[in-house]
Amino acid sequence: MPEATLRVFIADDEAPARERLKELLGDLASALPTEVVGEAQNGLEAVERLPQTRAQVLLLDIEMPGMRGLEVARHLSGLELAPAVIFVTAHDRYAVEAFELNALDYLMKPVRASRLAAALGKARDAGPPAREQLAKASAQAREYLSVTERNRIHLVPVRDVVYLRAELKYVTLRTRAAEHLIEESLVALEREFAERFVRVHRNCLVARSAVRGFERAAEGGDEPHWNVVLEGVPERLPVSRRQWAEVRLLAKDG
Amino acid sequence: MSIKQNFTADALPDFRNLGVVARILLGVNALAFAAVLVAVPGWDAALERILLVAARLEPALAMTLAVLFALSPALGRLRYWHGVAAVVALALAVSGMLHAASAAVGDAATGLPRTLALAAGAALLVLAYLRLLTRAYSPALAEARLQALQSRIRPHFLFNSLNAVLSLIRRDPRRAEQALEDLADLFRVLMQDNRRFVPLADEIALLERYVNLEQLRLGARLVVAWELETAPRDAMMPPMVLQPLLENAIYHGIEPGTGEGRIVVHIARRGARVLARIDNPYIEEQANRAGNRMALENIRERLQLFFDAEARVETRVAGARYVVEIEMPYRAAHA
Repeated sequence: MPEATLRVFIADDEAPARERLKELLGDLASALPTEVVGEAQNGLEAVERLPQTRAQVLLLDIEMPGMRGLEVARHLSGLELAPAVIFVTAHDRYAVEAFELNALDYLMKPVRASRLAAALGKARDAGPPAREQLAKASAQAREYLSVTERNRIHLVPVRDVVYLRAELKYVTLRTRAAEHLIEESLVALEREFAERFVRVHRNCLVARSAVRGFERAAEGGDEPHWNVVLEGVPERLPVSRRQWAEVRLLAKDG
Repeated sequence: MSIKQNFTADALPDFRNLGVVARILLGVNALAFAAVLVAVPGWDAALERILLVAARLEPALAMTLAVLFALSPALGRLRYWHGVAAVVALALAVSGMLHAASAAVGDAATGLPRTLALAAGAALLVLAYLRLLTRAYSPALAEARLQALQSRIRPHFLFNSLNAVLSLIRRDPRRAEQALEDLADLFRVLMQDNRRFVPLADEIALLERYVNLEQLRLGARLVVAWELETAPRDAMMPPMVLQPLLENAIYHGIEPGTGEGRIVVHIARRGARVLARIDNPYIEEQANRAGNRMALENIRERLQLFFDAEARVETRVAGARYVVEIEMPYRAAHA
């Protein structure tokens, strides 16, 4: 039975690097048939274009403008048909260790055909990388949160997020303009974006920079408590008594 | 021309060097004030005395320095101890003259022998201090420091360039050849002894080779505007001072951007000085790209070893541009 053609997507900001990978794939074609189904020259392009191509393997440069490779991989991992990822880098081993990337598969530039063949074979069998593994390898917080629709990824810049509120199974992400549901845990979000968001309640993180002030609220028989007033959205969110001591300090800063 | 020139053991200092002049001024004043503080009890009285002393000391010091400045080349040709004798004689002559002048208007504070003894003492102490300083920066030590400061190109650049050349070999062998030649030239300079001065023309050629290579991988994203019309191509300078700055400009200003970015390389002569300015688009959120400071500190320290206080390295953010400026004395190649 002839082996099925492997669908490959290439993301690298340098045109010669993409050319080189295509040449190598061409050289390997008799042993390992592949088809290049798409290319991107920066991280954002990769996230935007890859989903429609139904690529099985992504050759992903780590250092790209727009969005770094690791973050690209994290957003793509939410896809129903997420590709396997082979990271490519011109950095030496020490630099790669600094990325905490050792757990993942990566190739060093210039790439050798034999290494590429081995990595493609391995990637095809292993499938997409685990989300937790990617999250663990990312030393830095993401710049975007992603909302995955069937084969489209919608990116929301983290700096636009006013608050994040845990609902039953999802987290509601609120920007001034819109509301989205994302499938992430509030605890993990709090840890990743500790500098940007502060917890006001068991189920809610608000952007520190969006806090405008506090209002006293006492509805019906409730105990009196404080609500936080946020820039750009009409909602008032309750501050729990436990968090009040920490949160009130924001009023003075702002 | 090499660094050894600045560090020959037991040579008189260059009295035209700003750093040397500053050290003499500060040294002599510090001596005088310390002496007053020891001799005069009570702060108010001491302050009063310091003003009195300064009124006598500063004219003598200024005149001595002016004459030293004028005679510096001639003094430099003397043997060290002859030079020392000449400097002491000069200090004696100047202070003797000023003493005579103030005596003539009936304002002499002490006797002539005392004034002369103090002048000779101060001159000898300062010369001893400068000699000690020269020894501390002895050639061996300075060379060791320079070797440690040997500039390094980011490995990331080397491997990306090799990768780009590999991609050219089948499609455009001629360009591949040229790229390898550029790479060879760059590494030849990188690996050579960086203690020898080179003409600015060589450094400019190096910049052009380097940009050729970067252009290969970055394509239309990299635009370099060269402003070299008044660049003094015969100026002698330490090698690999400008290339790391250009590399920084590309690494921080072009690579993180998705669109086209423009770098301006401006080199010009300004009187007796050479000015080089490189500016690139300023892209924020550069926290994850370390290494900028290191390259700059490296260059700053090398220039300081070569030119002491007469070289300047400055960086600033001007609007949406990041600007690095270097100034150093213009020294023409020996004709």
